[in-house]
Amino acid sequence: MPENLLEVRNLTITPAGAEVPVLDDVSLSLAPGERVGLIGESGSGKSLTALSVMGLLPEELHAQGTVSLQGHGGNLLEANEKTLAGLRSDIVSMVFQEPMSALNPLMRIGDQIAEVLRIHGRVPRAQIPGRVRELLAEVHMPDPDSARFAYPHQMSGGQRQRVMLAIALANSPRLLICDEPTTALDVTVQRRMLDLIAERVAAVEAGLLFITHDLAVVAGVCDRVIVMYRGRIVETGTVTEIFTAPRHEYTRGLLASSDLEATDDRGRLFTLKTALDYAGPRVPTRDSSTDANRATDANRAADGQGGAASATGSAPLIEVSDVTRVFKGRGLFGRRRSDVTALGSIDFSVAAGERLGIVGESGSGKSTLLNILSGLDRPTTGHVRVGDIRVEAASSTALRALRENLQIVFQDPFASLDPRMRVADIIAEPLVAAGVDKDERSARVEEMIAAVDLDAQSLRRYPHQFSGGQRQRISIARALVTRPQILVADEPVSALDVSVRAQVLNLLADLLEDYALTLLFVSHDLGVVKHLCSQVIVMKDGQIVESGATEDIYANPQEGYTRRLIAATPSLADALAATG
Amino acid sequence: MLTYAANRAIQFALSLIVASVVVFALMSLLPGNAAQVALGTNATPEAVAALEVQYGLDRPPVVRYFDWVVGMLGGDFGTSYVTGAAITPVIIDSVQVTAILVISAIALSILIAVPLGTFAALEQRSWIGVTISAASQVGIAVPNFLAAIILVIVFSLTLGWFPSQGWMAPIEGVGGFLLRLVLPVVSLALVQAAILTRYVRSAVLDVMREDFIRTARAKGLTRTKALFVHGLRNAAIPVITVAGVQLATLLVGAVIIEQIFVLPGIGSELVRAVANRDLIAVQGIVMVLVLLVLIINLIVDILVPVVDPRIRNAA
Amino acid sequence: MSEMPTGANSPRDDVALDVSAATASAPEPATGRRRSRLRLNSSMIIGACLVVLILGLALVSFVWTPYGPSEIDPVARLRAGSPAHPFGTDRFGRDTLTWVMYGARITLMVGVVAVGIALLIGTPIGIVSAIFAKQPWGMWIDAVIMRANDILLAFPALLLAIIFAAVYSPGTGPAMVAVGIAAIPGFARVARSGTLQVLGSEYVRAARASNRRIPAIAVVHVLPNIAGMVIVQASVAFAISVLAEAGLSFLGLGTQAPVPSWGRMLQESQQFLSTHPELALWPGLFIALAVLGFNLLGDGLRDRFDPKMDARGA
Repeated sequence: MPENLLEVRNLTITPAGAEVPVLDDVSLSLAPGERVGLIGESGSGKSLTALSVMGLLPEELHAQGTVSLQGHGGNLLEANEKTLAGLRSDIVSMVFQEPMSALNPLMRIGDQIAEVLRIHGRVPRAQIPGRVRELLAEVHMPDPDSARFAYPHQMSGGQRQRVMLAIALANSPRLLICDEPTTALDVTVQRRMLDLIAERVAAVEAGLLFITHDLAVVAGVCDRVIVMYRGRIVETGTVTEIFTAPRHEYTRGLLASSDLEATDDRGRLFTLKTALDYAGPRVPTRDSSTDANRATDANRAADGQGGAASATGSAPLIEVSDVTRVFKGRGLFGRRRSDVTALGSIDFSVAAGERLGIVGESGSGKSTLLNILSGLDRPTTGHVRVGDIRVEAASSTALRALRENLQIVFQDPFASLDPRMRVADIIAEPLVAAGVDKDERSARVEEMIAAVDLDAQSLRRYPHQFSGGQRQRISIARALVTRPQILVADEPVSALDVSVRAQVLNLLADLLEDYALTLLFVSHDLGVVKHLCSQVIVMKDGQIVESGATEDIYANPQEGYTRRLIAATPSLADALAATG
Repeated sequence: MLTYAANRAIQFALSLIVASVVVFALMSLLPGNAAQVALGTNATPEAVAALEVQYGLDRPPVVRYFDWVVGMLGGDFGTSYVTGAAITPVIIDSVQVTAILVISAIALSILIAVPLGTFAALEQRSWIGVTISAASQVGIAVPNFLAAIILVIVFSLTLGWFPSQGWMAPIEGVGGFLLRLVLPVVSLALVQAAILTRYVRSAVLDVMREDFIRTARAKGLTRTKALFVHGLRNAAIPVITVAGVQLATLLVGAVIIEQIFVLPGIGSELVRAVANRDLIAVQGIVMVLVLLVLIINLIVDILVPVVDPRIRNAA
Repeated sequence: MSEMPTGANSPRDDVALDVSAATASAPEPATGRRRSRLRLNSSMIIGACLVVLILGLALVSFVWTPYGPSEIDPVARLRAGSPAHPFGTDRFGRDTLTWVMYGARITLMVGVVAVGIALLIGTPIGIVSAIFAKQPWGMWIDAVIMRANDILLAFPALLLAIIFAAVYSPGTGPAMVAVGIAAIPGFARVARSGTLQVLGSEYVRAARASNRRIPAIAVVHVLPNIAGMVIVQASVAFAISVLAEAGLSFLGLGTQAPVPSWGRMLQESQQFLSTHPELALWPGLFIALAVLGFNLLGDGLRDRFDPKMDARGA
């Protein structure tokens, strides 16, 4: 047997009582010290593969095949819990996706790190506190001395993920498995976390199995890539091979649809179906700024009249001046807590037909701003004008008029549709509120469902019968059914798989044109904003850091934060350039 | 944490005041008056009026309410209209009996339910886990007075191990006291243990699905060890709340068991007072019971953040 | 190509992959967010059977019973089961089966009225409270309602019923009302937490952004989405009220003679425990079956509607 660190042979996993396996004949191997990326979209089986290596598969799943680890003779799938427990963290460790729930909420951080040292007994008891401090310092935890005594809920997501990494590497395992370790984190935090993982894995000379849906992330971290699709491995190769010459069409499709810089000859993003024409990521040359310009030029061409309309000298459609929003802290019995400033003197305007991207990480005030614009919340001070309505002082009639003219597409396609309403009723709801009569309602609902490329039969179904992408189409149909002038999209594609994301973005671009919409597009993802928007504002901690034309900001960011944000955004081309 | 406890204490006091007004209003304001009720419908108006004057019932309700509350604060629950005896000593004696009964029962049910529920959750899919689960479901359906009757039939009337009724204070003889305590406590505890077992099982199952249990296993703990080190304390949080609610229900629910076993508990006194149409005694006893329930809730509210740092910090 | 979905019929090429999740599923009734039809589980089936059994006994008793409830067979007192009296007779020679059948009526009536009171008062209180909780100016109203709810919680059903029996005369009516009032906080809590969850959801945000007013949202979005939890609560409350009625009648504070009731049968059996334990077992058995039935039904429904147990609900 070749001395591979990890050897998985013919792994097939079937849920109890089901006939169709969720993981079908998966074989892979990992050499000592090798860094392998496992790529796939939701439901591809990548996490299950990892869990079976850890011996952590849920009980109701039956695994067949062999999993062997260097340092342990025999098949891990047949090992008992006690044997597996001895291997975990000693030979193979794992960092999970969700940092918020992965730590015991009732136990101090230091104790949770100390525990993993105690279990395996490699460090003498007396030295454990010192080693804990050392481990925290190694993952660059600020102030490791006091961090030991914190509870998980007192830390940010990024800090908790650092703690998880410290725990995972405490016993210097030979293999580290990371399952989407940065998906729940902000972009700038993600960058630092990725660097940290790479640094620590190198320091302890461990192998790395890195699971992600994000191609750009994997390119920066791994040597070799395994692509999974619906429970099977479809392709394996080095990063360069996979990214420049993908053999399997799913890989090509995935690559094409995650590349937001590339468009087909109609100016639309590549999808799984159009991926054949995709030429691969453009590796940035020295004159990368002109390159970026070219890409956005293509967008502008596709946008058509969008940009042109905004150039006229007429008054802007939306005007936000000096808006602040302060949330009053409220204690029991009305005692005052410290106030929270969600927005601090925000100023911007949007011309009719313009596409404005609002970029920021969590806590930047994006959502509060949206709520104020749509009249769901009122500013503490300042003025907001949408069309001829003064939002901050609007009567309820005026607010109703505003909302008919300004519609929102929400982030989570699973939460934004009432599970107990039929699609027809969901789309018709804004019309019911507007008092449109029944016949016209059904006519317009049918028109909209066709406009978002779903067939008319969908109208009689319930949301749970649709996939995420389809739900987002329904959401878009609901937003456009009142024929608003302004469409507000709140992270509409961040919960979607990459291949579906491209489809929804293309649809959105088409509809913007067809219905001559003004777009406010909120996102944490610079790539998406860059593709869709002509103007952008960058927000941080409730302030606008920078604003202007998208291409200018990207090509020549003035503020440190914007630069950090752009640098931190994983991009295929950059990652490839770095490896090549 | 201190402000949280203070907050809870203030809420407790407010609840107590409102509850006392409610009890007073229900008893003293609604139909007729206490004197009429005490003497029965056949009493002459003169007799009723005389009794009213004797006990000050002719005074305005507000005065009577404050009189009652001030009396209670000084430990005086008033005098029975029917027997003319002071109510306070009766309450003090009977509360002790009920407290012994209820606290032993809840302690016993926790001793049964926590290991049983945990085991049922760990062995969720084995026959023994399923059996525990099904048995607890049946146990919940058995009212405690039915359990008491069955226990009496088996262990007292048939086997003759325990007396079927009666009470002996511990000072009169510890052996006799314990012997008479067994059947009432067990009949209360069995049903409560069944309910609690289900909650423990479901809390443990919930915890076992948590990510941090997976983390603990990834650290090198076995499933069972991960549960004991990390899970049980987390599972304790909902269980404490449920046990508190149960203790409160038991306090009043014990009334039937006290009747069956002829125990001089507060429930027996309450039923006697109701049968005697002794409204002032009913009013006092109800207030004591409500006070105890509120105290239990207060203890639970303070106990939960002791276990859970998240609530401690939020408060 | 084999593992790639084709979906050539789609109007636009890029929808293809997206459709696969919803193929072949015919329109089906609303079943909640989890993809399930009316999934029957064993709890629900057994529970429903027991409930139907009790309901059947009560309904048949209106048309037919072996004997009249007060019909006395002087030669057959305290008999064990026989073909003439399958469940035996009591100390007056009354037929136990007849009494069990009549007892089912009272049990169900108390349950229906008590749960009805609690559901019709508690649920709206919970919904309104949650709606106020979401308004910056209405939070104190919610706080007051929930404090009142907590205070009511300090009066368990049995205590409230005893108070009512003391103030009014003991009887089925006051017992039903007392049990119903005591169950209000449970419904209010469930309705409030469910409503808060719905009101915090993105689909309500979407409805608000579409100009739906609060009352319309309460009817269109809140009610259908909390109905499941409320039904579960009703089932559990029904079981509790069966227990409470039996307990009260046992104490002599519930249903009064000569109306047959399981609790009083049990109480009357006490003096014959050493000689005729079966007199206690029949009513005891049926009380247990009724409670078990409603509990199991509630459990089964909860599995369908709400995967989490509500700590204070039971």
